[in-house]
Amino acid sequence: MRFWRRSAEEPEEPEEPEAPQEALEPRAAPAEGWFGRLKAGLAKSSARLNEGLNRIFTRRRLDEAALSELEELLIASDMGVRVAEEVAASLRRTRFNQEVAPEEVRAALAAEVARLVEPVSRPLVIDRERRPFVILVVGVNGSGKTTTIAKLARHYRDEGRRVVLAAGDTFRAAAVEQLEIWGARTGCPVIARGEGADAAGLAYDALLEAQKEGADILLIDTAGRLHNKAALMGELQKIVRVLKKLDAAAPHSVLLVLDATTGQNAHAQAEAFREMVGVTGIVMTKLDGTAKGGVLVSLAEKYGIPIHALGVGESAEDLRPFEAQSFAQNLVGLEP
Amino acid sequence: MFDTLTTRLGDVFDRLRRRGVLSEGDVAAALREIRVALLEADVALPVVRDFMAAVREEAVGENVLRSVTPAQMVVKIVHDHLAAILRGAESEANAEGLDLNAVPPVAVLLLGLQGSGKTTTAAKLAKRLKERERKKVLLVSLDVQRPAAQQQLAVLGRQIGVPFLAVRPGEKPVEIARRALASGKSEGCDVVLLDTAGRLHVNEEMMLEAAAVRAAVNPHQSLLVADAMTGQDAVNLAKAFSERVGLSGIILTRVDGDARGGAALSLRAITGKPIVFMGTGERVDALEPFHAERIAGRILGMGDVVSLVEKAAETVEREDAEKLTRKLESGRFDLDDLSSQLRQLRRMGGMGNMLSLLPGVGKIKKQLSEANIDEKILKRQEAIISSMTGAERKNPKLLNGSRRRRIAAGSGTSVPEVNRLMKQYQDMAQMMKQMKKLGPKGFARHGLPGLFPGGAPRH
Repeated sequence: MRFWRRSAEEPEEPEEPEAPQEALEPRAAPAEGWFGRLKAGLAKSSARLNEGLNRIFTRRRLDEAALSELEELLIASDMGVRVAEEVAASLRRTRFNQEVAPEEVRAALAAEVARLVEPVSRPLVIDRERRPFVILVVGVNGSGKTTTIAKLARHYRDEGRRVVLAAGDTFRAAAVEQLEIWGARTGCPVIARGEGADAAGLAYDALLEAQKEGADILLIDTAGRLHNKAALMGELQKIVRVLKKLDAAAPHSVLLVLDATTGQNAHAQAEAFREMVGVTGIVMTKLDGTAKGGVLVSLAEKYGIPIHALGVGESAEDLRPFEAQSFAQNLVGLEP
Repeated sequence: MFDTLTTRLGDVFDRLRRRGVLSEGDVAAALREIRVALLEADVALPVVRDFMAAVREEAVGENVLRSVTPAQMVVKIVHDHLAAILRGAESEANAEGLDLNAVPPVAVLLLGLQGSGKTTTAAKLAKRLKERERKKVLLVSLDVQRPAAQQQLAVLGRQIGVPFLAVRPGEKPVEIARRALASGKSEGCDVVLLDTAGRLHVNEEMMLEAAAVRAAVNPHQSLLVADAMTGQDAVNLAKAFSERVGLSGIILTRVDGDARGGAALSLRAITGKPIVFMGTGERVDALEPFHAERIAGRILGMGDVVSLVEKAAETVEREDAEKLTRKLESGRFDLDDLSSQLRQLRRMGGMGNMLSLLPGVGKIKKQLSEANIDEKILKRQEAIISSMTGAERKNPKLLNGSRRRRIAAGSGTSVPEVNRLMKQYQDMAQMMKQMKKLGPKGFARHGLPGLFPGGAPRH
């Protein structure tokens, strides 16, 4: 039984693909903590927005032309046309035709963005009464589910919890191996079956085993699936159904992993996954690129699904709690 | 892909067409709506700006407003400009497929962000080159970053029967690439297909690595693999990859999603490079050439009948078709024939896929998808026929109530479902008789979609 063998030779990050992060951002001393890393990640996101803001608002009257440029700038952050119009309209109401400095516009913009995302800024709370606490991770192909699971596994293991991973992506070639490598790196046992195995059956077995072994948290990976494929979404529902046979409250959390480079299609994804498997929270990945994740603002307004965390890099440490104020301030280029 | 954009533009055009005479204001209002539709479809802002400027210039001119059918003119202008973006400078013939005219082994490099679908695309492309163009391909993974990425490509290579360059632990991407080319040469390969690690375009080190690989192997094709769901960031990524590494074309993935597909326009316009293929599903053969004109037509709800006919010709096996023709000549059409029709329909990608290629069905398709047509119904109907005896299939008149109950139980369906199938069969048989009068010429090849009276099978 290799189940709870907590490997003594805890592998010290076998050539963690971390170098790029380092190379990119020489700053981010560990002392800066998660916020520093988040900021470093978001810096690139806000760089362009900033540049634009400065161009528009240095020594300038907030007239119609300026407002429409501001609106376009927000659109370019993937915020969506409607929300961008709303935000621009709120500036029009309060500051129209005033002489405004870029700082002021930014503060107003940040306040508006924060106001919209504040209600959904909620961490993923692990209910200790529920053991194992079952987290089902879903999303479209390539959104970063497996990497996010690795990050969560690292996080909870570092907190001293017993974490079990279930390699539920039985479709994609070598997906199981990918999770097994992460399991070894983070020191979490991985429950797997061969490629092509029934994902629901695997999830059932994994929960059974996690229960038997008294694990605290069970993280279930799933195959990426486009949300408009009814049959594949049905499979996901089946996973939820069979989990409920062992624990009526499971899964206690259904995490939707969204890729920050995705545009307005994130809405369709959120809607479909929420409807089919009752998404309880969102993790957005790849925010260390130039993508701004502005779509989170319109998602927050439309669906109100809690946003738990942001992925800002490829290594196991690069997952940060979502925090409305700093997200908003970073997005518009303000120092918190 | 493109569905919502199609619907939105369709609505705008409908409103325009309802007015006989157009004022400058009408056109301006329509253009504003088109702008929003494009932005909501994730077309990148700079591209939208240029597009709107070009369309506006033409569309508000006197000769449009004074023309007999001003609305039609506006639609045409929008269509032409959309097609122009998608087509780019090259002629349609040039833009199709992948140019591999170079001294073998021809190096093809796949680049893109994490999770854009490079590895899956590598396998699809290898399969296509092997089977359609009879090329000897070597698959190579340069992804030493993502855990098990190399293994993923190795497994896919085995599945499609394409050799995969063995991995040597610790080897750097540039070294692997050089070794791959040497190996490709000694093995007499036509194409060496190099899959790279996903990288963010702001990742300096990784971009330098990509440029170094490119310099080392001098690929004949450097293809950007990008997700059709990409939002405004398409601008940054397209710029970065084309400036830092250099691109010769684009492969658009996850076109089978419901993304509005603005990324196609953005990537095309910003890189100036053609979209050569699109990934249309999870199966390894779900890779199709990207036809700019046809896609532009599809976006504007004009359909893509050419693709449909091609698809039919490709999927319908010649023998089956000839057999069917002979049957028709003899005036018989039994349930075995229906079964083979169902199979062919399913192979063509189901009703949804076929409908998306028909002109003017944007709205109908939406209603259908709301009605939630179950693609599985084709499978169930096949199952029903499989549960019949040979005699029943040859002579459906045998099917009394008791037999139908048995068939329903045997196929895991219900008697009403069996009845529905029989009704459908009778309608078809009736139609066959009429067709016989017309003569079977050309029917075997083009008649397939027409075999379903009243459109899709309902359940």
